[in-house]
Amino acid sequence: MRHTITLLVENRFGVLSRISGLFSGRGYNIESLSVGEEIDPRYSQMTIVTSGDDLIIEQITKQLNKLVDVIKVTDVTEFEHVEREMVLIKVTPRPEKKAEVLNLAGIFRGRVVDSSESSYTIEITGDEKKVDAFIGLMKPMGIKDLVRTGKVAILREGLKK
Amino acid sequence: MKQLTGSEILIECLKKEGVKHIFGYPGGVVLNIFDFLYDDKDIKLILTRHEQGAVHAADGYARATGKPGVVLVTSGPGATNTVTGIATASMDSVPLVVITGQVPTMLIGNDAFQEADIVGITRPCTKHNYLVKDVNELAVVIKEAFHIAVSGRPGPVLIDLPKDVTAGKTDFVWPEKIQLAGYKPRYEGNKWMINQAAHMIEKSRKPVIVAGGGVIISGAHKELRELAEHAQIPVTTTLMGIGCFPGTNRLCLGMPGMHGTYYANKAIQESDLLIALGMRFDDRVTGKTDSFAPNASIIHIDIDPTSIRKNVRVDIPIVGDVRKVLTALNKMIKTEPSSKAQWQEIRKAWLKQIDAWKRERPLTYTRSDEVIKPQAVVEKIYELTRGDAIITTEVGQNQMWAAQFYKYDKPRTFISSGGLGTMGFGFPAAIGVQLAFPDKLVIDIAGDGSIQMNIQELATAVLNRLPVKVAILNNGYLGMVRQWQELFYGERYSHTALDVVPDFVKVAESYGAVGLRASKPSEVEDVLREGLFKVKKTVFMDFAVDWREKVYPMVPAGAPIDHMLFEEQEARQEKKKGLRAVK
Repeated sequence: MRHTITLLVENRFGVLSRISGLFSGRGYNIESLSVGEEIDPRYSQMTIVTSGDDLIIEQITKQLNKLVDVIKVTDVTEFEHVEREMVLIKVTPRPEKKAEVLNLAGIFRGRVVDSSESSYTIEITGDEKKVDAFIGLMKPMGIKDLVRTGKVAILREGLKK
Repeated sequence: MKQLTGSEILIECLKKEGVKHIFGYPGGVVLNIFDFLYDDKDIKLILTRHEQGAVHAADGYARATGKPGVVLVTSGPGATNTVTGIATASMDSVPLVVITGQVPTMLIGNDAFQEADIVGITRPCTKHNYLVKDVNELAVVIKEAFHIAVSGRPGPVLIDLPKDVTAGKTDFVWPEKIQLAGYKPRYEGNKWMINQAAHMIEKSRKPVIVAGGGVIISGAHKELRELAEHAQIPVTTTLMGIGCFPGTNRLCLGMPGMHGTYYANKAIQESDLLIALGMRFDDRVTGKTDSFAPNASIIHIDIDPTSIRKNVRVDIPIVGDVRKVLTALNKMIKTEPSSKAQWQEIRKAWLKQIDAWKRERPLTYTRSDEVIKPQAVVEKIYELTRGDAIITTEVGQNQMWAAQFYKYDKPRTFISSGGLGTMGFGFPAAIGVQLAFPDKLVIDIAGDGSIQMNIQELATAVLNRLPVKVAILNNGYLGMVRQWQELFYGERYSHTALDVVPDFVKVAESYGAVGLRASKPSEVEDVLREGLFKVKKTVFMDFAVDWREKVYPMVPAGAPIDHMLFEEQEARQEKKKGLRAVK
């Protein structure tokens, strides 16, 4: 099963390598990993999407907790939480499809962040389903390039599953 | 305030941590530090002949004393040579602080002379590591490093010190306190869980304690003995746990697992409750995990949460220090049934069964008057020392025989590379042990393969007048691998015959040590008496042993632990094949 794990870590060099090294060294999957500074710049916040059975996920969270630079590990999958991902898609539609691209972007509350004679670059934010749905719709239009941030996740306040 | 250089701060901090000995090797980027050690009165640097030897020596020192071992080496090859030693310590939870020099900060990343990213290289085999980029951080880093190395589940910590940091000056402030937001080991076990464990022990009819290295590290041998003797529970000790429960005690089952005793493995497989203390269910202990202790509930007490439910299912997980948890557990168990006699009554049938297994298949081998049996050498060492020695081992057959045929009654008297299985560990480790205990008899039980992996440390032993005794069980082979080839690879002895083995007597003599040799069984005792007691110097005792001898019992890798091979089966097969019976 897929799990989304958030980490509060020391904002030091080498921390990312400790964490990615832990995953590769013990043969765990990383589907996505995103990292950024916390409000307090001494710390960083990480979101890792991984998969495995319950025993593997238990080992992953324990092993992460064991790292000296990791302060807090939360498997948010177990709680009510919000997940978001941002994608930038560069599409090169045929002239007669340009309007449809813009229309779909509007429906998905996407934004056109760059355009040229032959292309649009669209920014889409949402959960996985929404992002995947939009990518699916853009495929026949001709996707030239696509970049994803990986997921970030946060717990909902006051709501525990 | 007087400003100190990084090198002086390092040495001051080591003194504050109570360090008396450093094991090390100099080099370009650590010259500043070595310069301050030149006339230091309080700290003695033991110069080994290879950096790996330095780490193993520090490791032996740490295992024998419980205090952290300290290593100081240079950058690049000096640092990379420590990796095997660090990984060895990491697998066996040994507290070390390894200080490596590094090229100046402004050169890091430039592929400078003798530059290696040792922090990157050792990340997976240290408990934690540091690159110090600013001399102002140095004192805090050292304090943290020692704290992390010795607390919780101990382990090696590496500090990488660029040359400019060793020369940089700052005010020296010894931090009285440190704060590590992400590091808070749990010592006290969960009360409710301990209570549950007590109930389970009271209900069980066929319990077994499996005691590991954690019992020794936490100093829980007394508490273990109290539990075992009061509630009449048999104890099997893993390779790392040897000595945490007296080998001569009636309740002791010896070692479990691949080369464990018949009765330890039988007891585990038949038990209804396994009490695992400070051990991690290594594959050499469990064999096939699906068929491990099939009828038992498992109580697992360990300070490292990742050890729990990693390899086997657990019914009562207790994260905590073994000693603290056992202290609490013993209090609960004492209440009911209140007397030892009652427990003896309850356990009568189970202990009778275990005694029957012990009689059925004791640890044994076929004795000989013609050729020296390696097991006989180990037995003789035990007999002559009466168990009053600290034994280190190399890895392979020598290690297993040292575990099987010598009885250890005290913790920290059997010192061996368990997890990583590092050949070449025993001799430098013995040097570290001897340094910590100058008056103790320290014996490395070695093989002719392993001893050659760090044989250069003869110089270290001789130079420091350390009377380490090395008993080489010389069979001309990498015996354990040869054994697998014989049993599982159709006797195809691919590259396990050493062919050229040096004359160990001459090697010893050339370094200024004493060399002795026994070629026949009748010479064994004389050589041992001479080497262990008469000679007050470093000694190599070379025993030409039966090369066909194998370690039994043996559980083939991946088989359930009660599927054991025994010596007599081998003899039967030899007969079937029409060959001369070996035994």
